[in-house]
Amino acid sequence: MTRKILVLSILFSAFLLFNTNSSFAAGSEEDKTSFIMHHVKDSHEWHFATFGHTHVTLPLPVIVYSSDRGLEFFSSTNFQNHDTHAFGKEYAHEGYYIDEHDHLGRVDGASFIELSITKNVVMMFIVMFVLAYVALSAANHYKKNGAVAPKGAAALIEPIVIFVRDEIAEKSIGPKYKKFVPYLITLFLFIWFGNLLGLLPGAANLTGNIAVTMTLAVLTFIITNVNGNKDYWKHVFATPGVPIPMLLIIVPVEIIGLFTKPFALMVRLFVAITAGHIVILGFIALAFIFESYAIGVVSTLMVTFINIIELLVATIQAYVFTLFTAMYIGGAVAEHAHDEHH
Amino acid sequence: MALGLSPFLISIGQTEKSHIMDLITPGSGLIFWQLIGFLGLLFILIKFAWKPMLAALEERESTIENALKQAEIARNEMANLKAENEKLLAEARLERDNILKKAQEASNKMIEEAKTEAQKQGAQLIENAKAVIETEKKAALTEVKNQVASLTLEVTEKLLKKNLADDASQKALVDEYVKDLKLN
Repeated sequence: MTRKILVLSILFSAFLLFNTNSSFAAGSEEDKTSFIMHHVKDSHEWHFATFGHTHVTLPLPVIVYSSDRGLEFFSSTNFQNHDTHAFGKEYAHEGYYIDEHDHLGRVDGASFIELSITKNVVMMFIVMFVLAYVALSAANHYKKNGAVAPKGAAALIEPIVIFVRDEIAEKSIGPKYKKFVPYLITLFLFIWFGNLLGLLPGAANLTGNIAVTMTLAVLTFIITNVNGNKDYWKHVFATPGVPIPMLLIIVPVEIIGLFTKPFALMVRLFVAITAGHIVILGFIALAFIFESYAIGVVSTLMVTFINIIELLVATIQAYVFTLFTAMYIGGAVAEHAHDEHH
Repeated sequence: MALGLSPFLISIGQTEKSHIMDLITPGSGLIFWQLIGFLGLLFILIKFAWKPMLAALEERESTIENALKQAEIARNEMANLKAENEKLLAEARLERDNILKKAQEASNKMIEEAKTEAQKQGAQLIENAKAVIETEKKAALTEVKNQVASLTLEVTEKLLKKNLADDASQKALVDEYVKDLKLN
């Protein structure tokens, strides 16, 4: 066991060396940790590694829509210094610039909507591609062989499908669970694959991005409330068993409750995954801050340990997000007995 | 959101503040692509992956359930058959025992009868043999007597022929013969 962990540590450290910019080691204390934030945030280019002064990056498209200029396409290389790959206001291109914090801005200050394919968008499409490939090859197994024992991709996906159907959907939603099973499976697998692929060295922090968790939470919110039955809305606007004066307090609380549920989903996933990435990168940063090999060895061991924990967190967070989604849907579609106490 | 968090951000530096604001500000591009991508993924996976898969799973589960039920029925039938077989077997055994017992009795009886018959016949044979022997014996004795009588006659005749010259001797001889005869 110890040997395996040590081997893993060496592997990780070899990967992570490419992942950290050697120039951080020479700069001020803030420079030494800035790569952490640089990693967990979205970016207009995908930076993989730096060898001396050579940056290995994937330039990404910058797409902007504005009411006066319409839809415009640029490359992220248009907005940066070609040697240092640094963004800045001084590298403005056709009225737009990307500042040091990787924000797109317009020189004349007019409003616009950014639809760029950022690092996280690319990561998202990779996750979706991997998921679709695995799921479709699993489905293909059943198409080819009929309802037989699973093999290959089907052997990976089938237990998850059965788990989501039986343990999450059926238990949390009740008799009407069948309609929601496909959404719950997709949700679980997307978050799980996103969490796991996000742990790979060089990968983007996709499921730890608030836009991603927000979109998923909003979808859950829409599905929950669209499927809400009479009892569900009655519970919100005329909570049974509560005296009328109390309703003045209860109803606003219930209405806020409608929104806090998906909000909690959004924040939980975002925080859990981002925190994991920050902790891992923080341990790596220790080696640069102390400029010590001994600390490097210890931090590599710690990084390996945290990485193993993160594998667990990746699964737990996917499970929790799906479980709570199923519970919210279950609350919306459940048929209450009217004398039930709430 | 920014308003809610600002009291906590006062004590930290401007760079950290901007980092945190960046982290909790959702990017419009990402939301847009995420929405399109996720809905597209949802559509494709539901249509081409989850529906066929869930249908196949249900089919398999019902097949297994049916198979289990069939197995249960078959097992019950087997148990019934076995019980019936055992009953038949027990009956057959009983029958066999009865037949064997009867056969034994019959054979014993037959042996007994045969023995009695044989004894009877043996006795009869012995009886007959004895009777035959007796008859033969009598016949032989008669023969012997006849032979003796004829021999005697011959001898007498010869003696008579030879020795009847002398009266005294004749008389002595006759006496002697008579004496002999008596002794015989």
